[in-house]
Amino acid sequence: MKEIANILVMIFILSGSLLTLLSAIGVIRLPDVYTRSHAIGKSTTLGIMSILLGTFLYFFINDNHFEAPLLLSIAFVFMTSPVASHLISRAAYYSRVELWEKTVRDDLKHKRNEG
Amino acid sequence: MAFQILLNVFLAFVWMFLTVSFNGASFLIGYLIGLLIIFILRRFFHSRFYLIPLFVIVKLVFIFLKELLLSNIAVVKVVLNRSLDIRPGIFALPTELEKDWEVTVLSLLITLTPGTLVLDVSEDGRTLYIHALDVPDVKETIKSIKESFEKTIMEVSQ
Repeated sequence: MKEIANILVMIFILSGSLLTLLSAIGVIRLPDVYTRSHAIGKSTTLGIMSILLGTFLYFFINDNHFEAPLLLSIAFVFMTSPVASHLISRAAYYSRVELWEKTVRDDLKHKRNEG
Repeated sequence: MAFQILLNVFLAFVWMFLTVSFNGASFLIGYLIGLLIIFILRRFFHSRFYLIPLFVIVKLVFIFLKELLLSNIAVVKVVLNRSLDIRPGIFALPTELEKDWEVTVLSLLITLTPGTLVLDVSEDGRTLYIHALDVPDVKETIKSIKESFEKTIMEVSQ
């Protein structure tokens, strides 16, 4: 039983670090701020959450120790990370950072030009 | 809704005092009995029986988790694709939600949806400006997803 649970811990931590690596690759490969913020805001969130969950399960199974702060930090990361990526890309947009080749751009363009 | 929960806790305390046994188990029994009483008296409250919005909130949390997984798969696909054939763009989405927290939850959900990111909310809170990773093929499907999100959020706050 312990072995099976430890395999689960391994899967969580490995997939979390893999996702973090992939989002780092995404930051290098994607062309502009906004698409990069897609890669950062999503993959890193799930990556960190999965690493934290793996750590929590590890201590819970092996040491029988219920580490509640880890669960809390999962909730905090989950709530704050989308807001952070929203704020960063919004600030970038209003400081006139150029977009890559784009197709549709709506009303927001007028708003930026007048402000 | 908060008033009904508070009333239920109060009824559980009354049950504990009536039976003179102060422990978790009798609190639980009192809570269940209070739940039954509130269910019977539900037509005297202004809002709905409070378990219904509670279940919708649980549903919302599961939608959050599902969307987070799907968006990660989508982003990984884009990143690992050899040719970078994405067409990003910004589009406006009118929303019918009124309260501030509803718009916040909706934009959190949209940000966690595959390939969309909320760039700005208009001053009256009626339009969301969304940056999409791939405009041509996703725009319509995403709109339908958002209509379902919007509906779920409205269900919570009826």
